[in-house]
Amino acid sequence: MALAPAPATSRFARTPHVVRKERAQAVAKAVFAVMAAAMVVPLVLIVTYLVVRAWPALGPEFILDVPRRGMTDGGIWPAFVGTLYLVGLSLLVSTPIGVLAAIYLNEYARDSWFTRVVNLAVINLAGVPSIVHALFGLGAFVYAARLGYSILSAALTLAIMTLPVIIASTREALASVPMAFREACWNVGATRWQTIRAVVLPNSISGILTGVILQVSRAAGETAPVMFTGAVFFKAVERGRLFPYGLKDQCMALSMHLYTLATQVPNVKESLPYATAVVLLGSVLLVNATAIALRVLLRARKRW
Amino acid sequence: MSAGFVKTIEVQELRLAYDSTEVIHGITFDVYKNEILAVIGPAQSGKSSMLRCLNRTIDFTASARWSGSVRVDGEDVRRTRDVFALRRKIGMVAPLPVGLPLTIYDNVAFAPRCSGLTRRADLDPIVERCLRQAALWDEVKDRLASLGTALSGGQQQRLTIARALSHQPEILCLDEFSIAIDPVTTMRIEDALKELRREMTIVLVTNLTQQARRLSDRTLFLWEGEVVELDRTEVIFSEAARSQRTRDYVNGVFG
Repeated sequence: MALAPAPATSRFARTPHVVRKERAQAVAKAVFAVMAAAMVVPLVLIVTYLVVRAWPALGPEFILDVPRRGMTDGGIWPAFVGTLYLVGLSLLVSTPIGVLAAIYLNEYARDSWFTRVVNLAVINLAGVPSIVHALFGLGAFVYAARLGYSILSAALTLAIMTLPVIIASTREALASVPMAFREACWNVGATRWQTIRAVVLPNSISGILTGVILQVSRAAGETAPVMFTGAVFFKAVERGRLFPYGLKDQCMALSMHLYTLATQVPNVKESLPYATAVVLLGSVLLVNATAIALRVLLRARKRW
Repeated sequence: MSAGFVKTIEVQELRLAYDSTEVIHGITFDVYKNEILAVIGPAQSGKSSMLRCLNRTIDFTASARWSGSVRVDGEDVRRTRDVFALRRKIGMVAPLPVGLPLTIYDNVAFAPRCSGLTRRADLDPIVERCLRQAALWDEVKDRLASLGTALSGGQQQRLTIARALSHQPEILCLDEFSIAIDPVTTMRIEDALKELRREMTIVLVTNLTQQARRLSDRTLFLWEGEVVELDRTEVIFSEAARSQRTRDYVNGVFG
């Protein structure tokens, strides 16, 4: 068979099709890049606006001082500590339950009506609005369990709220460990628990911790659940005192404080609500940054 | 048969189904002590599933249902009181190398540790012996503390074999151990297997008919969940093979 004659133009000439293709590619890239950048804009705008408006009040004194002159002046210490209490206590309850339940569901449980019911419950609980959790906490902890309006009731309510998400994120972290690792362990006669301890947990711990830490910011930010169950408008507390509350006391909380300052208190100094928002946002960002740092640190040790 | 006719594994009328799809339709065969039995057959013929019944890791697949009997050293695997001891009796090597995300040392010491050995003085000789048997010792002896997952594919497969040997199995099952590694490493492992056969029984599942021919005493041809033929390897690979399908398969006419 004779060879085909050489093409008149170079094999690498830009045909109209190539030109169109490249143009489409450039447009697509530009659109995606703009969208990615647009995501940053609101965050920067919000943070800048908040910090500028809050500037006159900001400083260590603002965190350490107590509210003064009918909440129109002074700091946010009782609310700050209150939020620490609520978040810490709620995660103390929800983390062990959530992580252990997730290990059971992902590593032990077989597909049965029981696990299906649990799965359904987890998925649905995760989608329940916080105000519904608040009402549940009010009925269950404040009244039925007779814990009253207290830190305990509020923290338990927050725990119920964060639990399903912790279970879901932990399961995801566990599921990301390749099945082949588990099978290799089973093949040499390891029990499920030996497998979990030696291989599954060490390789999913960063994901598990990230999931838990992200719930810190959620628990700190929610207003409704604590407002219904234990957070109050004002609570007299000594300035800078670390342990001002007992478990059965009511407390102040940052999210609730922000809400009351912004809507309920007349003649409040203009910068105060903004400064409260900055502290809340700052704490949440700090916690998230810790989560990211932890993740990077643990992933550097990830072994495959 | 050099090793006599002591039956190490007896499989009788083994049927296995995943949900409602039966993949093994009642197979019967024995494995003799200290032989190398090659199991050949195309993909989906039930080779790997059969291996998983031997050490009952099939239990971890919720949809699997099986009947028939599998005896290892005369003991019905489904009536065994200690399934973990059963699994330690059988060394299992998966098709793709699986270095556990642990150090090389811990990879091999994992199984002994699971069965209660903790003293370094007990573990050190086991680790060295297994790595030597798997022809890996010389390459890794100076970096036992580095990660098993950082090794090359061929090294990881030998590490997998070392781990399978670490619980002193009497039977070694290899499931297509060479599909992810180069020919040179494959030959080294095959040489290692020839050494190991003096101490243990080897079940070699393989897609490479020539590998079965090189290594095994007897060959089992499994096709779509049924035993087509089981005979001495030189018979299977000759015109004397009873089934036309066997002759076609080993000659590469189909499959």
